[in-house]
Amino acid sequence: MKSKKINIWQAKFIMPALTDSLKKLNPLMMIQSPVMFIVEMVTIVTTFIVLYDVVTGKSVAFDLQICLWLWFTIIFANFAEALAEGQGRAQADSLKKNRSEAKAKRLLNDGSTEIISALQLKKEDMILLEDGDIIPGDGEVALGTALIDESAITGESAPVIRECGGDRSGVTGGTRVLSGKITVRISANPGESFLDQMIGMVEGAKRQKTPNERALNMLLIALTVLFIIVVVTLKYFAAYMGVHVTLAILIALLVCLMPTTIGGLLPAIGIAGMDRLLQYNFIAMSGRAVEAAGDVDVVLMDKTGTITLGNRMATEFIVLEEGEAKELAHAALLSSLADDTPEGRSIVVLAKEKLGIHGSDIRAPEGAVFFPFSAETRMSGIDWNGHRIRKGSYDAVREFVSAKGKPLPEKAQKIVATIAAEGSTPLLIAQDEQILGAVRLKDVLKEGISGRIAKLRQMGIKSIMITGDNPLTAATIAAEAGVDDFVAEAKPATKLELIRSYQEKGHLVAMIGDGTNDAPALAQADVAVAMNAGTQAAREAANIVDLDSNPTKLLDLVEIGKQILITRGALTTFSVANDVAKYFAIIPAIFIVGYPQLRVLDIMHLSSPESAVLSAVIFNAIIIPALIPLALRGVRYNPTSASALLRRNLGIYGLGGLMLPFVGIKIIDLLISTLHLL
Amino acid sequence: MTTGNWFCLLLFPLILTILAYPIGVYMAKVFSGGKTFLTPIVAPVERFLYRLFTVDPNEDMPWKTYTLCLVLLNVIGIAVLFLLQLIQGWLPFNPQKFGAVRWDTALNTAISFGTNTNWQAYSGEQTMSYLTQMLGLTVQNFISAAIGIVAVIAVIRGFIRKSAAAIGNFWVDLTRCVLYVLLPLVVIMSFVLVSQGVVQTLSPSITAKTLEGKQQVIAVGPVASQVAIKQIGTNGGGFFNVNSAHPFENPTPLTDFLEVLGLLLIAAALPFTLGAMLKNRRQGFAIFAAMMILYLAGLGIFTWTEMRGSPLLEKAGVVSGMNMEGKEARFGVVNSVLFAQSTTVTSCGAVNSMHDSLLPLSGMVLLFNMAIGEVIFGGVGTGLIGMLSYAILTMFLAGLMIGRTPEFMGKKLELPEMVMVVVIIITPAILQLILSSVAVSTPAGIASLGNAGPHGLSEIIYAFASASGNNGSAFAGLNANTVFYNLTTSLAMLIGRFSTIIPALAIAGTLAGKKIVPASVATFPTASLLFTFMLIAVIIVVGALTFFPVFTLGPLLEHLLLAIGKTF
Repeated sequence: MKSKKINIWQAKFIMPALTDSLKKLNPLMMIQSPVMFIVEMVTIVTTFIVLYDVVTGKSVAFDLQICLWLWFTIIFANFAEALAEGQGRAQADSLKKNRSEAKAKRLLNDGSTEIISALQLKKEDMILLEDGDIIPGDGEVALGTALIDESAITGESAPVIRECGGDRSGVTGGTRVLSGKITVRISANPGESFLDQMIGMVEGAKRQKTPNERALNMLLIALTVLFIIVVVTLKYFAAYMGVHVTLAILIALLVCLMPTTIGGLLPAIGIAGMDRLLQYNFIAMSGRAVEAAGDVDVVLMDKTGTITLGNRMATEFIVLEEGEAKELAHAALLSSLADDTPEGRSIVVLAKEKLGIHGSDIRAPEGAVFFPFSAETRMSGIDWNGHRIRKGSYDAVREFVSAKGKPLPEKAQKIVATIAAEGSTPLLIAQDEQILGAVRLKDVLKEGISGRIAKLRQMGIKSIMITGDNPLTAATIAAEAGVDDFVAEAKPATKLELIRSYQEKGHLVAMIGDGTNDAPALAQADVAVAMNAGTQAAREAANIVDLDSNPTKLLDLVEIGKQILITRGALTTFSVANDVAKYFAIIPAIFIVGYPQLRVLDIMHLSSPESAVLSAVIFNAIIIPALIPLALRGVRYNPTSASALLRRNLGIYGLGGLMLPFVGIKIIDLLISTLHLL
Repeated sequence: MTTGNWFCLLLFPLILTILAYPIGVYMAKVFSGGKTFLTPIVAPVERFLYRLFTVDPNEDMPWKTYTLCLVLLNVIGIAVLFLLQLIQGWLPFNPQKFGAVRWDTALNTAISFGTNTNWQAYSGEQTMSYLTQMLGLTVQNFISAAIGIVAVIAVIRGFIRKSAAAIGNFWVDLTRCVLYVLLPLVVIMSFVLVSQGVVQTLSPSITAKTLEGKQQVIAVGPVASQVAIKQIGTNGGGFFNVNSAHPFENPTPLTDFLEVLGLLLIAAALPFTLGAMLKNRRQGFAIFAAMMILYLAGLGIFTWTEMRGSPLLEKAGVVSGMNMEGKEARFGVVNSVLFAQSTTVTSCGAVNSMHDSLLPLSGMVLLFNMAIGEVIFGGVGTGLIGMLSYAILTMFLAGLMIGRTPEFMGKKLELPEMVMVVVIIITPAILQLILSSVAVSTPAGIASLGNAGPHGLSEIIYAFASASGNNGSAFAGLNANTVFYNLTTSLAMLIGRFSTIIPALAIAGTLAGKKIVPASVATFPTASLLFTFMLIAVIIVVGALTFFPVFTLGPLLEHLLLAIGKTF
């Protein structure tokens, strides 16, 4: 997988992120993240306590340090979000670099053109593009065919063909016409293109929270409310027991208990997920689709283009009579010279291999008359040297041979039947009235496809192949590729019905498509991935566009979706598990003076009550930046059983989250006492 | 410990499990409308009742209608019980000629019995007429228990129904619950109790002449039937003030054993009902196991501290260190511990010993049982609702950690469900903390305390944990029959009850409307040990995080001070 990962740990990203994290202190922006908003409110109160200390001349060292670290907590959280935004913006910038510089030749009604800036293009504008032009915006080819270099967006150096009509008519802004002349209908207003939408999703202010994010956020708010009540009532219980607890300590306890780690990193996790999509050249129309990708359990795949290479290829020559292999190969070669279809070319390639001919050029024999392949005759061939050599479908060749008054030999019929029974397509080769042999045309699997399908199964995703082929052919390919199920002789409406019936049973269905007739099915699917090269209709019906137009990338999409959720869950568990140690630091610190017996709770043996509280606060603050790399990168995901995955993550983030702060707080306490900070 | 004690401690969980399983399966049949061995006898009564109240048994209610019926019935029941106490002086079956109950006590009692709490601020045999006890209290004992059970049945339907708009018929569920489940169990239990010497009479108190020639008034009444339902329905409101420590309520070791069994029976059977209705028995076992493990863990700590006894007694040279203070000599430590642990894990609240006299750490176990929201078996119905809420919370986290949007038993867990679950889980906690902190900082709250320092704090927290968990047992030591406590505990009981049942029915409604996601290898199997373990961990962590500070100041500090010889 080519992913264009941007190294975020550079000054040019960190400095603006730092500035941004200060700007985000604006309470109106903070309220987007309620947990951190409450931290900010209580931190402001702490600031006033410090000011009061200063005015009344009390010792300020403790309150001031608590106050500073609370501010750091908020800034660290903001920094995580800003950094993720910066990464996304950089990712998007690299994608659209070419776009704003582009000029466009807009077609006027009278047929002439005017040159305008790409930024002025509106939807439905027609523009003319010629060799070397950079395509100024997303659109659809309305006229002509061109070879297009999409490397700026996809990183793939091989140029692709885009033509009007058909399923390969979409073009993307920022790509370049290598050769050809096309007219493109622009499909988006400035600022509304896919890329612009995606950038919007990366930037905090416009970002819509996904359903799962909202549910988690609610849970964090509920925890916060619970801890506010725990802390406030503690003041009264303590008072009843004759212990006075200062406001600063109560605030410190509250912030330590609140799920600040996950609350602070939650926006960054979501944004970083979007960033990873961009890295993999996906453009998501909604965060919901990305989340759903992690849940997909059924995926519908077209056979052609997804599982197999576009066309069938000749894989074998089968001779009628022993010992005539060379003759057959030669006849196949000659008869296919005039066949420009991919199948025909594949026969030439195979024949050359069998005959041991190297080099790209084969000269046509002199004095030969070619009969090119056509859909009507379903045959191609050559008249040369007094022989009539033909290659074609069973029916066509039979007619050609029997016209000469000879029935098809039984052996030939048998061969044809065998090939068909094995799910391949037989072609016959005849010289004059004699059948020489057959060619096996076979669907060729894309490289690595069965591995990817096996991995899908490991993830619990059922793969279903859809094809218009007859059941026999379909079954052969299905078995070879290892898909779980297939639908043969599918009509365009079959996909839609299939998706509906799976959804009815509660499945979440992903569908990959590119053609206009895929659009209804794409619109119905829960995760609909359109190939960037696909038609406008397909792209609009989809909720994710794959810039690489590589259907096997669904796997990456599922992984990214899962990673986002796992990272959220892991950090939530971590955050909550952390609280146990903080209680053991702060509660004895509060009551140890009044009730020395409570020293038994001070299992970390911290140097002083003040140091204990401060250590907990510092740990709580620095754990945020410490986890930023994890939040941005995402927790690793390996396809394995759900229980194994859960055990692993519970071990690392649950148990780890329980133990780590005991160690961390102790170390910070040692530092504080060594450096005499209190 | 004697062999008999060990036998009791080990045998009890086993017998409970063996009995709970078939009853759970039976209840699943009852609430799925299936035929049972009781159908030939009960069905005519059932049909008659539907005709009498013009109930259409085929009507299927959306959750809002279901909830409305439930809340209306409950509120009207509370109002009627309140009035009944105020006018009992003019009504028959009042051989002791008791007058009207004080308004705040009456209100507290009405709410208490209506919410299945049975917190008793009054002394039963000195306050309530037989009519009030039977028509008011016993009727509410049935209704409030049935309401809890049908609520959880509705929730289970939420899980098993697919894209459905309705969750069942409240009136049918209620009728079937009383006729097929509660009444038969109570009848059996009553007969056994009577055979063992529990009184069942409508005659007034007996006045006896003691050996010293003094007069003694011996209270009697229709005790057996009320005791049976107070245990079976996890109500806990005894006929007598000292509840199941009274020889007329609990005369023999057999009745004691049966009463403990009775109070746990339905609550322990409901997880199996869940499993049977889901057609996934293992799921029922997984939830039951979580409850049983927590129950046994608490029981273990509890027995250990009580058997070890007080360090003070040891210093004073008392040989047997067992803590016998506040316990019926007839039952001894183990039976008292078993009863106390069982009555606090379920929201029963019947007692056969004085919890106030327990050692501090034992008290902490009981406090924890109630404070986490009565989910270790818990109240009939409400206990499983609470446990399922924790299970949903667990699966929300587990789902995220395996990279799927969270689901539980095939139902996606989204914002609405999580809001409701959070309400169910944190409301009782918040309620206890806020009301306790009000009590410790107001003169009215402090004035009722029988003990100072950490023990006083424990008494107050216990009162509110008991009220908001709808348990109803008391730590005693605290005079709760004051306007302040009557009103605050009433508030706690009401909110505690409805903040569980209403959100639960809302969850039932939203879940029923969802599709059921088929399980695949990517689904985390919730009928597994790992699930049970994680569920237990979530309950303990949530409980610990909420109550760490206050338990430190209450029971833990008391324990530490006791070690240096300081008592309160």
